[in-house]
Amino acid sequence: MTTYLLRSVAPLGGEPVDVLLADGVVAAIGPDAGARAGEATVVEGEGLVLLPGLVDLHTHLREPGREDAETIRSGTRAAAAGGFTAVHAMANTTPTQDTAGVVEQVWRLGRDAGWADVHPVGAVSVGLAGEHLAELGAMASSAARVRVFSDDGKCVHDPVLMRRALEYVKAFDGVIAQHAQEPRLTDGAQMHEGVVSSEIGLAGWPAVAEEAIIARDVLLAEHVGSRLHVCHLSTAGSVEIIRWAKSRGIDVTAEVTPHHLVLTDELARGYDPVFKVNPPLRTAEDVEAVRAGLADGTIDIVATDHAPHTREDKDCEWAAAAFGMTGLETALAVVQETMVDTGRLTWADVARVLSAAPAAIGRVEGQGRPIAVGEPGNLVLVDPSARRTVEPAEQATASGNSPFRGRELPGRVVATFLRGRATVLNGVLQDDADGSRRAAGRGVGA
Amino acid sequence: MKHLLSAGDLSRDEAVRVLDTAAQMAATQAREIKKLPTLRGRTVVNLFFEDSTRTRISFETAAKRLSADVINFSAKGSSVSKGESLKDTALTLQAMGADAVVIRHHASGAPHTLARSGWTQGAVVNAGDGTHQHPTQALLDAFTMRRHLVGDGGRADVAGRDLGGVRVAIVGDVLHSRVARSNVQLLHTLGAEVTLVAPPTLVPVGVGSWPARVSYDLDSMLADGPDAVMMLRVQRERMSTSGGGFFPSPLEYTRSYGLDARRIGLLPEHAIVMHPGPMNRGLEISADAADSDRAVIVEQVSNGVAVRMAVLYLLLAGETTNVKVDGK
Amino acid sequence: MSSGTAVPADGTPTGAARTEPAPAAPDATVVLGPPEISRALTRIAHEILERNRGGSRLVLLGIPTRGLPLAHRLAARLADVEPGLDAAALVGSLDVTMHRDDLAHHPTRAIGATDLPAAGIDGKVVVLVDDVLFSGRTIRAALDAISDLGRPAAVQLAALVDRGHRELPIRADYVGKNLPTSTSERVRVLLEETDGRDAVLIEGAR
Repeated sequence: MTTYLLRSVAPLGGEPVDVLLADGVVAAIGPDAGARAGEATVVEGEGLVLLPGLVDLHTHLREPGREDAETIRSGTRAAAAGGFTAVHAMANTTPTQDTAGVVEQVWRLGRDAGWADVHPVGAVSVGLAGEHLAELGAMASSAARVRVFSDDGKCVHDPVLMRRALEYVKAFDGVIAQHAQEPRLTDGAQMHEGVVSSEIGLAGWPAVAEEAIIARDVLLAEHVGSRLHVCHLSTAGSVEIIRWAKSRGIDVTAEVTPHHLVLTDELARGYDPVFKVNPPLRTAEDVEAVRAGLADGTIDIVATDHAPHTREDKDCEWAAAAFGMTGLETALAVVQETMVDTGRLTWADVARVLSAAPAAIGRVEGQGRPIAVGEPGNLVLVDPSARRTVEPAEQATASGNSPFRGRELPGRVVATFLRGRATVLNGVLQDDADGSRRAAGRGVGA
Repeated sequence: MKHLLSAGDLSRDEAVRVLDTAAQMAATQAREIKKLPTLRGRTVVNLFFEDSTRTRISFETAAKRLSADVINFSAKGSSVSKGESLKDTALTLQAMGADAVVIRHHASGAPHTLARSGWTQGAVVNAGDGTHQHPTQALLDAFTMRRHLVGDGGRADVAGRDLGGVRVAIVGDVLHSRVARSNVQLLHTLGAEVTLVAPPTLVPVGVGSWPARVSYDLDSMLADGPDAVMMLRVQRERMSTSGGGFFPSPLEYTRSYGLDARRIGLLPEHAIVMHPGPMNRGLEISADAADSDRAVIVEQVSNGVAVRMAVLYLLLAGETTNVKVDGK
Repeated sequence: MSSGTAVPADGTPTGAARTEPAPAAPDATVVLGPPEISRALTRIAHEILERNRGGSRLVLLGIPTRGLPLAHRLAARLADVEPGLDAAALVGSLDVTMHRDDLAHHPTRAIGATDLPAAGIDGKVVVLVDDVLFSGRTIRAALDAISDLGRPAAVQLAALVDRGHRELPIRADYVGKNLPTSTSERVRVLLEETDGRDAVLIEGAR
């Protein structure tokens, strides 16, 4: 295995040091690293920030079922390009990830592809139908070792089912990740309900439909003494509820997506479905509230909700278009722009919200670790001074629905290491890392 | 003006220009020979994804009176491939050489999508999209109001004039109404004051940003002396949607928000009663009110042709990119 | 415009939105001044009466913008000569925009008013009045417009200036001034009513 000497890099944005990666682990840090480098491949790291490999708690890889939008291989390549070393693959595939067999298949495909660890999320209910609990225990004890369960895309809206799920996963230290959306209040909803929706005549998705479910669920979690995770929180009210719940000692964690940190419902005015997403883009006040929530720790993590869609699902009128936007390859840049460059988070905080905390919520071992000798070589090297214009056609994801198309964002992933192996080097995906012969027939280009 | 997508896109001068042009068009429609050669050789496609015989006939008449070729394309198609069918239909129309596409669609924003997509080179005219906009309806309403309420009730020349100071009440299902949205914007642009009157369930969240006042009380609004009262159609289906409907019963709606002979009596002498049609007689408007001498509902229909002629003229009669300007 | 230049037609009826005429180019030559224009109109008025044996069946239709004030001036002169005539009742306005064949070659033109005298045009002798006769296309459009409006006994044409270069078999019955020009030149008629002064200019021989 190649040995890498990362010369003069700044771990978590701190003082520059040399870091040696060997045998899949961080072998040395400091003067010692250079001395032991030997035949190592040297990566010049002047001005670069070293972070633990990013961990996404919320990714849609679409395989099995919608390989025309994304495959596990193309999705994990996108993850690597974005600096991620682990992703949680959401359960709304076809067939649904609601049995041990399906989650093991997804886990194996991820392992075989080799671009990032794939941790399947198990469905809470059979077929995401919200009626019967799926075999959560079987998924937990499968080779995929599922710890995160979610009907994401749909809300577990039946309070009894939600209660049972919260209780049941305690047996194996699982967590229910709730897509908080009261279905009746959002029947036919197309975008955030407010000034813009009233003017442009799209059916509204009121903030209260999210907040009401979150309020109910934190109370349920408190009542049964369970762990709750709230997916893609998007409103100022939701931040308030989480803040209140945490002050009561309720075991709740919350995530925000990169797009909710920066984009607003004003973008819907042009009816470009690339801005159609669920939960919808909210107002500027909500954007400020989620930034503040992320800065003060009320919101624990940033998760991408990377949701690739084919052109035909987006190249149409708004109402007919699918919800969702890609995000793996822009997440870190958006966090840098909105939180780091504004002084609201340090790079150490970024390591927490994009790596350590999501790994902890997902009970992922070997990811989100400190940068220290002996720790697994899951690292990402970032150039914060770079700027780039987002061009979906140049991305690794198989879909083009990036809401940041044409937008200039800061930062560039220079290198990503998965257990000491470079998946990205000099900003380029390392195809030989993949065993490209094995994957050659899959038809997914860089 | 390349497209007409939203009443909000029109400046005051542009809107007045449409109204002035419509006035000239209306004059031609009073003649024995109504047909003009103006748009000879141009092709107008009426692309209707939603049934609306009245609007289609109005656009068709307008285009034919200007000698354009008219193709009616009723694409009320499968719900499965809604998106694809808009794109593919548009590409088909482009291949046929449509100079203008008049589109009616159940999805808000579909005309914007069509205009922005590059699927058609032609001018796009929004003939009603979802619960968003119906700009030619707003223009014909403004035209009708200007005729009756500006310049001494039509006795003076109103060309070049807007609706400054005219007070309009728009009554009914504002939430689902593209007519209301278009009218609020255009009437505001033209200087009129708008009050929306509806039960709170039929007023959209976010209405506070609209350039209009909101009232829940029709009687006090009428007693306030509006110059025009525009009744919106209330669909009976709204009764049976989720959440038990938007109002308890048609009877209760009519009692609170229906226009009848008694309420007509509250209006000032000069006030007019409007309705975009089709009317639900007995629900939002009684037969007495609909047939009263205050009602200009039939005139709205004929004004619709003149306004649509004006819009087609302004969009299509000018310079085109594919015709070279000759040297003289 | 019958002058066949790049000046956009302006038939806005109120004059509220009327565009100000561009200032005369520095190389403009005044070919007719106020007295010449006045004399030409007086002569045309006499010719009209003489040829039609009086004014009883006449209707003067001015083509906006500048044909209309010319029609009013002619009507006033007719009434001076033949006191029984009501000058105002003789004049109408005929907008030809919607009958033009060159709409696609110019920015969108505003549509002017068409107002016929109360007695209509059926059985009348219609005298079309325009400022400049050039290609003849405006008059072609006017003839089409008239045929949609009624059936006159005869249609005649009066133009203040005939600058030649006809593209259609059309000639004027009454001409104020024949003005040989090259096609690159621009003939502009200015009138007190629309432009603040009376003048005929030639500009821009290139």
